[in-house]
Amino acid sequence: MIAVDQVCFRANALPEPWTLATYESLGGYQIWKKILKENTAPELIVEQIKASFLRGRGGAGFPTGLKWSFISRSMPGQKYVVCNSDEGEPGTCKDRDILRYNPHQLIEGMAIAGYVMGATVGYNYIRGEFNEPIDRFVEALEEAYAAGFLGKDILKSKVDFDLYHHIGAGAYICGEETALLESLEGKRGNPRFKPPFPASYGLYGCPTTINNTETFASVPVILEKGAQWFLEQGKPKNGGTKIFCVSGHVNRPGNFEVPLGLPFKDLLEMAGGVRNGHALKAVIPGGSSAPILPAAVMMKLDMDFDSLAQAGSMLGSGAVIIMDETACMVKVLARIAHFYFEESCGQCTPCREGTGWMSRILHRILHGQGRMEHLNLLDNVAENIMGRTICALGDAAAMPVRSFIQHFRPEFEHHITTGQCDLGGAHHD
Amino acid sequence: MIEIDGKKVQAEPGSMIIEAADKVGVKIPRFCYHKKLSIAANCRMCLVDVANSRKPLPACATPITEGMVVHTQTQAALQAQKAVMEFLLINHPLDCPICDQGGECELQDLAMGYGKDISRFSEGKRVVKDKNLGSLISTDMTRCILCTRCVRFGEEVAGMVEMGVTGRGETSEVGTYIEEHLISEVSGNIIDLCPVGALTSKPFRFKARAWELTQHPSISAHDALGAHIYLHTRRDEVMRVVPRENEALNETWASDRDRFSYAGLASEDRLLEPMIKKNGHWQTCDWAEALAFAHEALHKIQHEKGAEQIAALVSPQVSIEEHYLFQKYIRALGSDKIDHRLRYVDPLMGRDLNLSDPLAAKIAEVESMDAVFILGCDPQREMPLLGLRLRKAALQGAAIVSLNPIDFNFTFEQQQTCIVEAQEMLHALVWMMKHSLKSGEENIWPLLKESADVPALVQAKMSMIAAVLQKEGQKLMIMGALASQAPQAHLIQECLHWLCERWGAKLMILSPGANSTGACIAGSLPKDKNISSLDFWKAKLSAYVLLGVEPEFDCTHPHWALEALHQAESVIVLSAFKTPKMLEYADVLLPIAAFSEYAGSFVNFEGSWQTFKAAVNPKGQARPAWKVLRVLGNLGHYPGFEYENWEQVSLEIKEQAKDQNSSKVSSALNDRLADLQTGLKVLPYWPMYRADPLVRRSAPLQACALTEEACVLLNPKTAQTHGLKAGDTIFCEQEGSRTQLILNLDPRVPEKTLYWPMGFEETQGLASAISPVQIAGHKG
Repeated sequence: MIAVDQVCFRANALPEPWTLATYESLGGYQIWKKILKENTAPELIVEQIKASFLRGRGGAGFPTGLKWSFISRSMPGQKYVVCNSDEGEPGTCKDRDILRYNPHQLIEGMAIAGYVMGATVGYNYIRGEFNEPIDRFVEALEEAYAAGFLGKDILKSKVDFDLYHHIGAGAYICGEETALLESLEGKRGNPRFKPPFPASYGLYGCPTTINNTETFASVPVILEKGAQWFLEQGKPKNGGTKIFCVSGHVNRPGNFEVPLGLPFKDLLEMAGGVRNGHALKAVIPGGSSAPILPAAVMMKLDMDFDSLAQAGSMLGSGAVIIMDETACMVKVLARIAHFYFEESCGQCTPCREGTGWMSRILHRILHGQGRMEHLNLLDNVAENIMGRTICALGDAAAMPVRSFIQHFRPEFEHHITTGQCDLGGAHHD
Repeated sequence: MIEIDGKKVQAEPGSMIIEAADKVGVKIPRFCYHKKLSIAANCRMCLVDVANSRKPLPACATPITEGMVVHTQTQAALQAQKAVMEFLLINHPLDCPICDQGGECELQDLAMGYGKDISRFSEGKRVVKDKNLGSLISTDMTRCILCTRCVRFGEEVAGMVEMGVTGRGETSEVGTYIEEHLISEVSGNIIDLCPVGALTSKPFRFKARAWELTQHPSISAHDALGAHIYLHTRRDEVMRVVPRENEALNETWASDRDRFSYAGLASEDRLLEPMIKKNGHWQTCDWAEALAFAHEALHKIQHEKGAEQIAALVSPQVSIEEHYLFQKYIRALGSDKIDHRLRYVDPLMGRDLNLSDPLAAKIAEVESMDAVFILGCDPQREMPLLGLRLRKAALQGAAIVSLNPIDFNFTFEQQQTCIVEAQEMLHALVWMMKHSLKSGEENIWPLLKESADVPALVQAKMSMIAAVLQKEGQKLMIMGALASQAPQAHLIQECLHWLCERWGAKLMILSPGANSTGACIAGSLPKDKNISSLDFWKAKLSAYVLLGVEPEFDCTHPHWALEALHQAESVIVLSAFKTPKMLEYADVLLPIAAFSEYAGSFVNFEGSWQTFKAAVNPKGQARPAWKVLRVLGNLGHYPGFEYENWEQVSLEIKEQAKDQNSSKVSSALNDRLADLQTGLKVLPYWPMYRADPLVRRSAPLQACALTEEACVLLNPKTAQTHGLKAGDTIFCEQEGSRTQLILNLDPRVPEKTLYWPMGFEETQGLASAISPVQIAGHKG
């Protein structure tokens, strides 16, 4: 039996899980109170996070404990904690459900982070299209303030932490952490060149820790149940549980909080298997930016950071997009390429110019106007974007193109030579 | 120590690879990088190969670490650079022959090295609508490669967020956020910064190709900074002006005034032939006749009425050699009535230039100041590049404080600003001095014994200003035009000098025009310290000789000046331009070479002699003024006018200057504070594009958004008490003059002050900047 909903979704089965009462009934805010009461050394907290092998849940998988250790409580000046709830990676819908069902755990996680780093102000940057999740989070903030868990001199501990929410305006790029900071400052959402990293030059130029919603929300449970417990949920170096957002051609799409390292076939089974008894064709295992993997590869893989990286893809945000034998790879890629074309901020030359070029070539192929040399051109344009831009959006746009051509080249060639698709996919909708 | 392409480079840790590469002459291609702007790292053209990095890194944004090994020419680096070039070119028009930037385009140049000969791009190219940025800058936005240099220039250097990127991704566009023309006084720099043909000079556009132009180094003729510029000429015509890099003065920048004033050189008003007035009718003549005419006219006055009936006025824009020869000629005639101080009402002001003073500040020092006190000055308009330096200082944390007769909108934050009527500036200053004295010190300066009555609010603000200026650190006080033009201006200067000595600050006195300093050195002012040009007008003399001056535009008392000129028996004008009024009052017009057409030297406010050569020949029959003056001297048989070239004049001035003692005015010790006047007062000022004959004739500058209209400004409260509203035509009366003016309201002007723009036809009725003025009526 696979243990599910252990961490971020631990309240999901309860009635009205988003309320303070429900959260407290699970032991919520106990850790926060304990830290404030005992004046726990921040280093001890960072040690526990490090030991838990919690890795960033937003997509990059950077070790959270290490990130937290960059900013110490003793550093002078204003510091900030920022949560990235601008969940925009196509296929991803986990942060939305954390905000909807367990907002208090996120608040507690952010407050603890603020305590560890001596940041007295936190912001949660929430995707603008999230209506219900925003409302739930704002209600939870009000409850937490009313209960005295946030604000000045919290529970007479002389610790201050004010938390605000900020609503994004629908730009995918603002999910990139430095573009998010720019946007939070009221500027155009352009990613910043790094270094300097946010830990030294973040929000308003101050040291800033920025983590994903799921990352922050995992913290209270790690501290409550112990780093070892959390680590043991997953695999070595891939600690804990992970929410996978399974979408596409499955019978029961949805969010599944499961141990990291779960074999893909088990996750597919939890999602009810491929729809209509079709055969699995391919999977994008970590959101649309992750390279696609063919079914044969996927069925042998475990769902964790290192296994997917070894197979040439990535865990990313945990958005698992399932495609069965009816999926036309040209159409899927054309759709993905169009997305990155639309969402490039336009700052760096290769991404600004290259995403549009790739999208246009793919639409030519899709509409039967492709030429055979287009395939190498596409691959080369993607190669020329990769690793040449300020942020990872260039890579995100290039990786799908290169992986689709690598794994499904004959399908593209067929479209070019015959000018049509044999899968019966409606190509003009 | 790092290694770039095998060359060992000693580089500052933390500086960027591109800086180190530039130092040793390794050329790394770039578009967005500019040494004076922040790093954007967006064009990606400067990608280089750094050992131990799996990706190519942008040289402009990669800090140097000890032992770093960089390759700019490896397969990987070149491949990355060529890939970026391909991306830059896919949506860029490939029509260099019809682009104004062709031949001096960074993209075109680099495409030769990094571009392919055949494009792999077969999609439609992006088209971007052009923006209207006003009369100075032309746009061709389809050519824009979004390097954002122009955007960063506005945000960082100019301090005016005018250009910005709107839209996203491929549809990003550079333009103004709101449909507005640029109003920065240094906007033209974005033309130089733009690496492609997206932003080009509107007056120069499609006039010439870069390779047809000859480049002549020169010195700007509009403000006392003496900015270094290049004149680009073709077939004996100045085609454009661009900055000449000089870190100590103008860095890489030019003000719009310096850049676009050349357009006035070809004005319709140019005086091209000598002209004399016979029986009330103008006729052209040859030089011999005109010079004889002028000589005889002056000779007649000299003999019949006495040489003291001759007065001479000279523009501070002319070269020191011309100043010198002019005063030498006038003094040879026997008159001491010569002056270049056309705007001052205090005859003691502008005599002591503070040059040998150890307190004198250099422009390059401004940015390292910790505190700056601005007095009676709008640095951005008076000396635009000083404005940029002040902004730099402010961004680096300098505390800027000011005492001004109008609340200027600066492009930098001020910590404190005290706004008073112009006549109260001195009082506020004396109050500040008194309140910083230690006990027992009241007697050190008689002036300080006087009570300087200032309102409580002014006292409070001046105390805060004093507190800022008394802190430790590098400090600077700047005295600007509105202080120098005030009554008792020399006392303001003395007070500042005293404060600077006491508080350990440096002093900067901004003088009008390009060469006021040179004028003083050359002796272009009366030896009698108690008189100035104002007295020449009031005395209604028999003859006036004008060199490069248009008194109705250039003097603080245009009404008196015109009255004096009209009644005079002889008015001899040496000028590059003619004005309608000049044709009424003058008797002989001698056409002289304009800026760019003659050689000479300007002495900037720091005291540097800067020599420039002629770039083109004088237009028509015009001759350099020094030659004209030499001949006039010869006609009078005066000794010492046998020069063969202008360099001999220079040498003579330098020889004499050595013996000159600093004529420091110290009469201030016995001066009293003048009583404050009640009622409405005039505060005259020169809008930056009305400041001298050349800029007034530059059509693009006159059409640009920063150009002011000939309206007087009044505080809304004062307007209300007089029952006036914006747009009213008012009738101002003053000592027999009556002027009709359009009124505008501006809360930045203190009450009871008419902020009066000079240099306009419409505002020539001003009799006196000191006397009160009445509003005799209005129509709405």
